[in-house]
Amino acid sequence: MTSPFFEIDSVLADPETKIIICCGAGGVGKTTTSAALALRAAEAGRKVVVLTIDPARRLAQSLGVGELGNTPRPVAGLEPTNGGSLDAMMLDMKRTFDDVVIAHAPPDKAAAVLQNPFYEALSTSFSGTQEYMAMEKLGQLHHRAEADGSWDLIIVDTPPARSALDFLDAPEHLSDLLDGPFLRMLLAPTGGPLRLMSAGFHLVSSAMTKILGGQLLRDVRTFVTAFEALFGGFRQRAAETHALLASAHTTFLVVATAQRDALREAAYFVDRLLEEHMPLAGMVINRVHSSQLEISAERALAIAEDLDPQVAAVEIEALRRHAALERVIDQETLLLDRFSAARPAVPRTLVSTLAGDVTDLDTLRRVGVLLADKD
Amino acid sequence: MPPRHRLHIVSGKGGTGKTTISGALACALAAGGRRVLVCEVEGRHGVAELFGVDRLIDAEERRICRTPSGGVVYGLAIDAEDAFLEYLDTFFHLRLAARALDRFGAVDFATSIAPGLRDVLLTGKVYEAVRRSDKGRPDAYDAVVLDAPPTGRIAQFLNVHAAVAGLARIGPIRDQADSIMRMLKSTTTAVHLVTLLEDMPVTEAEEAVAALRPTGISVQTVIENKVITTPLDDDQLQRASTGTTMLQVRNLTDRQNRLLTAEFADEAARTLQQRERHLRLTSLGVPLAKVAFDAAGIDEAALFAIAEQLQEQIDLEVSG
Repeated sequence: MTSPFFEIDSVLADPETKIIICCGAGGVGKTTTSAALALRAAEAGRKVVVLTIDPARRLAQSLGVGELGNTPRPVAGLEPTNGGSLDAMMLDMKRTFDDVVIAHAPPDKAAAVLQNPFYEALSTSFSGTQEYMAMEKLGQLHHRAEADGSWDLIIVDTPPARSALDFLDAPEHLSDLLDGPFLRMLLAPTGGPLRLMSAGFHLVSSAMTKILGGQLLRDVRTFVTAFEALFGGFRQRAAETHALLASAHTTFLVVATAQRDALREAAYFVDRLLEEHMPLAGMVINRVHSSQLEISAERALAIAEDLDPQVAAVEIEALRRHAALERVIDQETLLLDRFSAARPAVPRTLVSTLAGDVTDLDTLRRVGVLLADKD
Repeated sequence: MPPRHRLHIVSGKGGTGKTTISGALACALAAGGRRVLVCEVEGRHGVAELFGVDRLIDAEERRICRTPSGGVVYGLAIDAEDAFLEYLDTFFHLRLAARALDRFGAVDFATSIAPGLRDVLLTGKVYEAVRRSDKGRPDAYDAVVLDAPPTGRIAQFLNVHAAVAGLARIGPIRDQADSIMRMLKSTTTAVHLVTLLEDMPVTEAEEAVAALRPTGISVQTVIENKVITTPLDDDQLQRASTGTTMLQVRNLTDRQNRLLTAEFADEAARTLQQRERHLRLTSLGVPLAKVAFDAAGIDEAALFAIAEQLQEQIDLEVSG
């Protein structure tokens, strides 16, 4: 069973496509795929901004996004432009979080939040902060695009999450926690109504003090008090982000390689998107192997065996390697066929493995061609 | 006989084969009839998948493999919430309170939002498994392998000290973090970084070595995975990579020979690139181990074959 072909170019050309989110397991080439799509769309005439999370240093350099700056910068070297443009940025999680606090809390409260040790730790190391802030940044870019027309297409690379789903859940999870019963309880003044309602309050409160220590609890309490002004905002923004992700202008692209782990993660993600009625455009399978030489592994090895190692060492090695390549191709084909059989409706495009690393615009352009070409 | 490492921590960029190497290392350590535990902490169920067994759930330490030399490998998927509830019970005898805390969302809060606490809980469970042998418990292991988070997060994950420093200056959590940190820095713990001989994974391995240095946790081995082995020398590869000298294989047509020449040019170039990256890693000053690329994919036999390669190259004993 073969999957339908995923026509990237028609997705990129559709003016109704305003946000593309690339997701998948770590190490499958999400960042490269996002950057290649962004470049291709820009050179086809769209005004694109690409939000990368953690690009390899040299790719970051060629895109002009360094360590600094939490705002999009223009990428030079587009050809042709066809009236399009490309901006790129790298997410700075801490600064994005700071900006949220500054923008939404009264000035005195904002200062208190920014200085709180609990906030300091939360904004740099909470496992969902990066996901949450990527979505926050997406919201900001979207607002700006709507307001001043800077861009008509936003492409988002997602963080190398523990699981590919984290960024979908992070906004809601964070707002649930910050607005949840536990923090409410911490905030409740002793003797308040919550105490009367809850029989477990004392038990819980003394247990928490015992485990976490008084200092930590005081820090959290101070933080929450200062942060309270933002609570409503958090919930509302999480809801907005979710609505934006589910809208007709957003489309998801699941990136994988033809390897078991990556495909398992991809399957999980595809199923989840379909379940949540999120718009899934298709799949990109990176680093797929292929060979034009139609000789089976067995035959290549048999031919190699008949050669004289003294005079044909290179030939023997070439045949041995061809045999290995054929075996890899067989395995990849099997894995991809199984995936398609279980999810026949999901279109996909294959990108063949490249000899070198993707570090400049030319190579990105080539990846773009591979993405768009029917294999 | 010198003591052996009791804890092996395996990290690497996503997609480098971290879990496969963790599993193979566990098999290598189990040689000679030993009991070894392999733990994962990211909820991916990669270990169960690798060994072809049912998912590891509910904090169960289940036997997942018997090695050819009679060793036994157990698997455990550590979940922060389970670890937290267990922690409350063990250290505070708070089984009842734990349930109340759970109802209030405190467990979710503590494990997902209280920064660093999650990592302390995960490494804390590993600590507990390693320490069993000191207590002479029947469920003790000869060695524990941790399939750790990827290199991008490894320093933060292992530096539990820093994670709780700003938050818990005193108290039980701080004590727990101190004990874990002592174990991680001790000579009986070995950290291994898995990499492919490609630019990004090598860069991440270099960065991880640098990021771990200030924590006092040292990297014992960098494991190069999926290394292409070839009898050809650099000159032969160099010539082949240009694709200008036609290969001449009898039994193949001219067209087939042309295609083979072009295909091998790419392969030769890739092999040369791998050699360059190997040189880059050499300059790290960390011992390197090599796992050969296996085109047949990973099954049980391949896993044992990798275990054998690791056994020959990795120092399983604590060096003086």
